[in-house]
Amino acid sequence: MLVTGVARHLGSRYVQAIRRQPDVDLVVGVDLQPSAHDLDGTSDPDGLAALAEYLFVRADIRRPAVAGVIARHGVDTVVHLNVSTTALGSTSRSTVKETNVIGTMQLLAAAQKAAGVQRLVVKSTTSVYGSAPRDPAVFSERMQPKVLPSGGFAKDAVEVEGYVRGFARRRPDVAVCVLRFANIVGPHADTPLADYFSLPVLPTVLGYDPRLQFVHEDDAVEVLRLASVEPRRGTTNAGTFNVAGEGVMVLSQAARRLGRPTVPMLLPAVSWMAGMARQTRLLDFSPEQMRLLTHGRVVDTTQLRETFGYHPAYTTEQALADLARSGRPGLLRAEQVAGWTSKVAAQLRVTELPNGGGKRR
Amino acid sequence: MSSAREQAGAVRGTDGDGEVRAKVIPIGTGRGSRRPARGGRAAQRRTEELPDPAVLAEAEPHAEDQPEARAGSRPESRRGPEPVAAPEFAAAPEPGPAPAPEPDVPAEPDGRGVADVVADAVGHALAGPLGGVAQRLLGRGWEERAAGGLGFLRRRITGEYEVDEFGFDAELTDKVLLTAVRPLAEKYFRLEVRGAENLPEKGGALVVANHSGVLPLDALMTQVAIHDHTPTQRHLRMLAADLVFVLPGVNELARKAGHTLACNEDAQRLLELGEIVGVWPEGFKGIGKPFADRYKLQRFGRGGFVSSALRAGVPIVPCSIVGAEEIYPMIGNARTLARLLGLPYVPITPTFPWLGPLGAVPLPTKWTIQFGEPIPTDSYPPEAADDPMLLFNLTDEVRETVQHTLYKLLVQRRSVFF
Repeated sequence: MLVTGVARHLGSRYVQAIRRQPDVDLVVGVDLQPSAHDLDGTSDPDGLAALAEYLFVRADIRRPAVAGVIARHGVDTVVHLNVSTTALGSTSRSTVKETNVIGTMQLLAAAQKAAGVQRLVVKSTTSVYGSAPRDPAVFSERMQPKVLPSGGFAKDAVEVEGYVRGFARRRPDVAVCVLRFANIVGPHADTPLADYFSLPVLPTVLGYDPRLQFVHEDDAVEVLRLASVEPRRGTTNAGTFNVAGEGVMVLSQAARRLGRPTVPMLLPAVSWMAGMARQTRLLDFSPEQMRLLTHGRVVDTTQLRETFGYHPAYTTEQALADLARSGRPGLLRAEQVAGWTSKVAAQLRVTELPNGGGKRR
Repeated sequence: MSSAREQAGAVRGTDGDGEVRAKVIPIGTGRGSRRPARGGRAAQRRTEELPDPAVLAEAEPHAEDQPEARAGSRPESRRGPEPVAAPEFAAAPEPGPAPAPEPDVPAEPDGRGVADVVADAVGHALAGPLGGVAQRLLGRGWEERAAGGLGFLRRRITGEYEVDEFGFDAELTDKVLLTAVRPLAEKYFRLEVRGAENLPEKGGALVVANHSGVLPLDALMTQVAIHDHTPTQRHLRMLAADLVFVLPGVNELARKAGHTLACNEDAQRLLELGEIVGVWPEGFKGIGKPFADRYKLQRFGRGGFVSSALRAGVPIVPCSIVGAEEIYPMIGNARTLARLLGLPYVPITPTFPWLGPLGAVPLPTKWTIQFGEPIPTDSYPPEAADDPMLLFNLTDEVRETVQHTLYKLLVQRRSVFF
């Protein structure tokens, strides 16, 4: 099994999970730098025996070297996680794009030549659907975006998916699984949205309240694990699947639950601030991120639940609650705000609380 | 208990039984001597363990549970002033000396946020001097309503509410948006609703109505009518033009009120979820037609709404709206300006734009909304949605029904305004 992008948080967690899988004997991790996590499992020598062997190869997937890795280790499953919004140690957009697109091309070319490869799992994103006001409310896997993403990571993902479809045509014997993840949040997830939510004050676009969906990192790892092993009875893990927690939240609601005050600003002002933040490298706030925070996006997860056979453990709400628990408390903590209203309420001489028919549900 | 408070209670005449008194006692009195010693971290920890009794009571959604919840938390509130006052310690974002806006609120030297002071002051003012005024202005029982409102406010500002995948916020729609629009429907347009029994109490239905009136007030009135005239208080999920979702502010409100973009995917999804979906198939052709063409139905789009209903197997309810045509009699259309602004039309009426914003006030016409006999679609085979002839026929049937009902209602109407 070959895993790309192991230096990232999600990749590291995935390696840790997949090594516990009984029918996996070797996991080869490929990335530009080793993971900060303890992927060797040396900290727990007793448990080491139960784990599959792990080998880290420092390689750049943009170079053909990765073909040698696949051939040398007789890889049968390729898990491509190195499609992301930011590159490690570089903020240059062109490096990111090269890693995403050229890296995928190189990897797929190598996999196509390797006869032993039976399974390919690619991490994609729901941003391939774009984010536009004329979008349908809910995207299912078969829908085409109304407005194709014009650039940035979303366009990379669209191109990556295009190459993956080409690969699937040329190698029909390989089970190909494309997982379109909604925004991954969690206590440690290093995604731009998580960075955004950790700001003390959230700039929002005036007049827009986007609908958002989150998927918890635990669910993301579990979906990736299920996608890279033999499917369970009655399910299939080849195809394209949207991965998101159940339920939807709007941005203002998410901000209130996190206790973060929002500052609605006109769209040009927010765009300008986002540009400044990007240039000063304070925060990676890309244009497609901006579009998401303006128009929002919701995907249908029926396929994931019924065909793929996985029910996310965390709903969108619970995933956000987990983020709220782990992050710094906001300026306006929910309990505190609730305290103000209850304080006023406590002083009213309410003899009898209104029943369901009143103002209260 | 402070005598001032007792007096206020007597004046207001609300019956202060033991329980309520127990709730009131801790607040105004007994602050001071024990507090500083037990403040800080200890108080904070305790607050987390023992929620404020009011919080506990209000957090209970079921009315039956509330007495128990309150009774259960009463011993805590009897213990002393701390449990009620303690959130102040936990909830101090910026320490600083707080002003004392009310004479009976002792100044708290230990760190309290400004907002806490304000909350306290508002509460005291309502319990004390302002209580009588509020009672006179708002009538008896204002406190219950205020408490309900506070519960609502708390849920809003802490985000403890739910939206569906379309962004529909049922609570906000019920409590705020519909409440804001209702006077317009009931008092201003004196809306008369007929045939509400044709709407299903549960399950999906597609309401197809005529469109008119420059601004889509007819759609909002239909939403109010359906909500108020169905026993299950159903929400109309409207399919709105894409312009609605491009405009800032409008798109936010539209999504929260349960509207979505008029496209087949959304319509079908809503119908399959068993919602009442409203569609105005004339679109801009209907709403922006000149006054001379009033009550003449325009082309009904391409009949996409019929195929959605057929696929979902839900009945189509024709709906005729009389009165909306005359709210803004459109005698002209500033086409050039409309093109510049990217709008489908810019109306010129006898009052707009001549009177400025005053010209944007709709005329107080008398409205009637008639829901017709539902047209069933579940008898057709599933492939019927792909039969264009059937779609055209059904579209025509709906259109004719709406048009004839309009004529009938117009004949019965005595005057535009009464």
